[in-house]
Amino acid sequence: MKHELTCIVCPRGCLIQLVKDEEHYICTGNQCKRGEVYAIQEVTEPRRMFTTTVQIVGSKLSRCPVVSSSAIRKEDIFKIRDILDGLVIHAPIQVNDIIVENILGTGIHIIASRSIKKDA
Amino acid sequence: MRHVKCVVIGGGSAGLAAAIQLKKYNIDCLLLEKEDVLGGILNQCIHNGFGLTRFKEELTGPSYAERLVSEFHDLGIEFELDSTVIKLNSDKSIEYINPKGVHKIQAESIVLALGARERTRGNIMIPGDRSVGVWTAGSAQKYLNIDGYCVGKRVFILGSGDIGLIMARRMTIAKAKVVGVAEIMPYSNGLTRNLVQCLYDYDIPLYLSTTITRINGNGRVQSIELSRVDENLKPISGTEFNIEVDTVLLSVGLIPDNIITENAGIEMDPRTKGPKINQYYETSIPGIFACGNGLHIHDVVDFVSEEGDMVAKSVERYLNQLGKSDLSIPVNSDSNFIYVLPQTIDKSQAVKLKFRVKRPLKNVKLVIRTKDEIIMTLPKTQLLPAELEMITLPLPLIDKIQDEVRLEIIA
Ligand SMILES: Cc1cc2nc3c(=O)[nH]c(=O)nc-3n(C[C@H](O)[C@H](O)[C@H](O)COP(=O)(O)OP(=O)(O)OC[C@H]3O[C@@H](n4cnc5c(N)ncnc54)[C@H](O)[C@@H]3O)c2cc1C
Ligand code: SF4
Repeated sequence: MKHELTCIVCPRGCLIQLVKDEEHYICTGNQCKRGEVYAIQEVTEPRRMFTTTVQIVGSKLSRCPVVSSSAIRKEDIFKIRDILDGLVIHAPIQVNDIIVENILGTGIHIIASRSIKKDA
Repeated sequence: MRHVKCVVIGGGSAGLAAAIQLKKYNIDCLLLEKEDVLGGILNQCIHNGFGLTRFKEELTGPSYAERLVSEFHDLGIEFELDSTVIKLNSDKSIEYINPKGVHKIQAESIVLALGARERTRGNIMIPGDRSVGVWTAGSAQKYLNIDGYCVGKRVFILGSGDIGLIMARRMTIAKAKVVGVAEIMPYSNGLTRNLVQCLYDYDIPLYLSTTITRINGNGRVQSIELSRVDENLKPISGTEFNIEVDTVLLSVGLIPDNIITENAGIEMDPRTKGPKINQYYETSIPGIFACGNGLHIHDVVDFVSEEGDMVAKSVERYLNQLGKSDLSIPVNSDSNFIYVLPQTIDKSQAVKLKFRVKRPLKNVKLVIRTKDEIIMTLPKTQLLPAELEMITLPLPLIDKIQDEVRLEIIA
């Protein structure tokens, strides 16, 4: 099996060739180790970082940006979006506060990506 | 009139970094920001991918901003929000307006960290009805990410730069149907990683060499007409096709915001649309410096903050009168380049040149020469207009420079 893919880990965007013999992957074109990790992940179980906003009350701001603590499975993107869609959180919030723990049982948390203070 | 050592205009990542670094040099500064928050454009860029160089981790825009803002507050640097600089004078006096009134202060040095604004429909002139539902990608991003309001349901995006790509994914996550992205050039202007994770992941089609030739809709947008373009970017008649949409996002480029700079009589570069600078990031008025998106458009925030750091160092050099240099050596380039910064250098220290090329180039050599002598040759497998390139000329090479530095591309 031979794959050709662009590494999306950093802006350099290396063009990677990944070949699998019986057991091993041979990776070329990557300028660093992270490219190989990405390429193997991408052909086995593609993952992406996820960001959106959730509704917040108790602050003059109405949305709190959130991010997944690590990359989630691509197929979970819309499921996670739907869970977060109905959520309302309360100020104050500190950056990196866990908003949803262990989302969908993945072991990955959804965390706040900024602090929001409480306004009267 | 109040007298200040240094005034930083703009509280985005460039201005914050500059102010923080100035404080570390023990220089008191005042930062003026026209919005009611610090952080600039980063506050609305909720996706991640910021900070790999500066903080060695991948952050979202808001968390990158928060790191800078906390450091800024921890250092106790003076700032005023809701304060818009309306006039900058060549004697380094500054007029600004805020809810308390109009103020005039005298600065000994000034850092311009003004950021950029988006090109609009007026700038690119799309014919058709003046329908509601045409937005710049950045304003749609602000509505969605700050206010939680999604501007449309069936969306078409004009322009494949990074902001357009990021918004294609963001609108999809917000339950809009993004029916396509059109790019007038035969290649995308965005980073490949954004093409992959913002378009391909969601099967959003990218139409290259294609542009919107008409927007239709009485009241709200109802449809758009797309046409293929020829190599001169002119629409080819007979290639028109229509798509039904209720919203068009324009992601057709950023322009450094320099009204006050121009009005102060500072020399501008028509290629960057920012002020001309020397290697100390100093403009044509001594003691006035520029950095960030107001100087030239950046794709990576880490380099914006780095410019802020650099400028702070130059302010210190200026205020303490450390070395006067003869900045008379121009930096030029051949027609493959959109621009090269800085526009002039001296020979006192190593210099980092920043440039963008006009179109994608593969397997070429970048040649740096002075008069007839080549002082550096660098093989490049790929150069893209979407990516700002940087190379440092070390001192031993600087010594060889005669009256000019010139960048060229050879096959
Ligand atoms: C939509 C978008 C997405 C991006 N995505 C990424 C990414 O994924 N990764 C990455 O690394 N980089 C990204 N960037 C690039 C990077 O974030 C920006 O280039 C950088 O944040 C710009 O910082 P700045 O300080 O130059 O400008 P800004 O953040 O725009 O700050 C300028 C500030 O100056 C203020 N100002 C302007 N005029 C005046 C005046 N007359 N008086 C007072 N104040 C004034 C403005 O209000 C503003 O707050 C993105 C940029 C944009 C626009
Ligand atoms: S392989 Fe390494 S250098 Fe190349 S794009 Fe991936 S992370 Fe960046």
